[in-house]
Amino acid sequence: MSGTANHTPGPQKRVRVTSPRMGAQRRGPGRPVAAEIDEQTRLGELYMATLIRAQWRLSMSVLASAAMMIGGLPLLFLFVPATRILKVGPIPLPWLILGVLIYPAIWLAGYYYVRQSEQIEREFTELVARR
Amino acid sequence: MNTSFSITAIAAVCVLTLTIGALGFRLSRTTSDFYVASRMVTPGWNASAIGGEYLSVASFLGVAGLVYALGADMLWLPVGYTVGYLVLLLLVAAPLRRSGAYTIPDFAEARLESVAIRRICSVLVLGIGWLYLVPQFKGAGLALNAVSGAPMWVGNLVVAVVVLINVVGGGMRSITLVQAVQYWIKLTAISVPAFVLLSWWMHHGQPVPQVPSPQASQQWSRPLSGFGGVQHPVYATYSTLLALCFGTMGLPHVLVRFYTNPDGPSTRRTTSVVLALLGLFYLFPPLYGAFGRIYLPHLPAGLSPDSVTLLLPTAAIAGLTGQLLSAMLAGGAFAALLSTASGLTICVTGVVDQDLVRGRLRRFTGNDARAINGFRISAIAAVAVPLWLSLAARNLGLADTVGLAFAIAASTFCPLLILGIWWRRLSTSGAAAGLVVGGTLASVAVLLTIFDLVHGGWAGALLTQPAAWTLPITFLVMAVVSVATPQHIPRGTARTMVRLHAPEALSVNLGKGHP
Repeated sequence: MSGTANHTPGPQKRVRVTSPRMGAQRRGPGRPVAAEIDEQTRLGELYMATLIRAQWRLSMSVLASAAMMIGGLPLLFLFVPATRILKVGPIPLPWLILGVLIYPAIWLAGYYYVRQSEQIEREFTELVARR
Repeated sequence: MNTSFSITAIAAVCVLTLTIGALGFRLSRTTSDFYVASRMVTPGWNASAIGGEYLSVASFLGVAGLVYALGADMLWLPVGYTVGYLVLLLLVAAPLRRSGAYTIPDFAEARLESVAIRRICSVLVLGIGWLYLVPQFKGAGLALNAVSGAPMWVGNLVVAVVVLINVVGGGMRSITLVQAVQYWIKLTAISVPAFVLLSWWMHHGQPVPQVPSPQASQQWSRPLSGFGGVQHPVYATYSTLLALCFGTMGLPHVLVRFYTNPDGPSTRRTTSVVLALLGLFYLFPPLYGAFGRIYLPHLPAGLSPDSVTLLLPTAAIAGLTGQLLSAMLAGGAFAALLSTASGLTICVTGVVDQDLVRGRLRRFTGNDARAINGFRISAIAAVAVPLWLSLAARNLGLADTVGLAFAIAASTFCPLLILGIWWRRLSTSGAAAGLVVGGTLASVAVLLTIFDLVHGGWAGALLTQPAAWTLPITFLVMAVVSVATPQHIPRGTARTMVRLHAPEALSVNLGKGHP
């Protein structure tokens, strides 16, 4: 509809008779993603969904690793009874793991997550700024 | 036992708490100061404050008591308390901060755009908060009784009064400072005697832990042995772990503390510092349980295992050293009580104030009452009820009651927060149904446990550790009802999702409600 109006030159100055919204959409690649997100266009929603999914995947992968590591310990004690009585020096193995070693591991998991999720946000911000 | 050192230490902690509170009071003038400490709190202070607030008497005395009484399986408690913050970090920390909500009812109302949901959440916060406050007050009575022989109610009353003065007088800013200081007091108070005991043990023959009957002695140090009459230890271990890991995010005094972070990323970083601080602290309580089995194989009559930490130094090391160390631990225990009780009181107060008092006060006084007066009236209500409960209900165990509060939080707020933050299709009806079903199931299980109406077997195990079944049921109800009622998905969900997840560096419209 609006396309023909632009292409034919004429002696008189032509006036575009289009809705302002059409013009807005045609600005194409120059349009900031932030505006897409603000106006909740399909594209904006898609960007947000991508961000949320990336964060969710990261959280789930760290959570799953922690669950396997920590949640696996009672199963280990249950199915390999020898681990209940094994001693490291004077300290029983379960006490060493649950009383000491598990805490640095928990902190490392948290530290890794913080780094990664900030990375995701940095990349997302750059991606949005680039357009 | 010479008690004057311990009494002095307890008095010193109370006076110190009140003094710091009073200093904060001079700085806090407006209601917004009262609520969020004007968000001028730096991350270092914040992480210490979170740790200080979270490490309650259940951690300081209760963990050692349970390890002493029930053996190796109880080592999971401090692990669960710490992993709870990891789960919170992974799933809710940054989005929750970005939501701008100060309490869970605030979050629920903003996310689900429903005042009814807010009311349900407020009731749950009150229940969880009061349930969590009772053992703090009882622990005070117990500690004072153990070090001085004073009647139980004296300690309950002392803590209630100090907390009330502090909260009413200083509000949140003083509490943030107090909490941060409390963490370091607690860490010093628990680590120094532990190191002294450890070196004493190394230099005096390294005796092994003893349990009256020789066969049980081996069971005590081994996991899943059912020592102390724990039935179905595998189920109990997993259900406790689940309640602690997923209940932490729903504890009323936890979210409030996050509000003092300036933005999402700083909230995450603060939380990872918290993990380190908690891990450091939890190295010590199990040591007291083990040393208790070495130096205090028979508890004095009439004292609960929860006092083992306080009695240990004098039992192990005769003379002045033991007395000074005991005094240090008594002071630390009081620091633990005061900090958690203050944080919980602040938060219960906030809920009572916003949802119960302020509207009514306005109606009575024709808008004359200042908001701060409502806050003060609410603080009295927040303390009075659990104080009465702690005096009336005599047969509740310390860490057990705390565990039940975790279980209710895990079965209600945890699904609400996780689905609310990550799932667009959560509907108002789904959230309400889940909260009501999960809250009812968990509360019934808790009440039956508290009033000692469950006896052994699988029914006993399921009711005393309800989280393993109530948590999945709540998730299921929320999800199924939400899918069935797509017409009740809040209209602003997309905008709310942007607010929860968009990085701060992005300049997007975050919708209403963001300050």
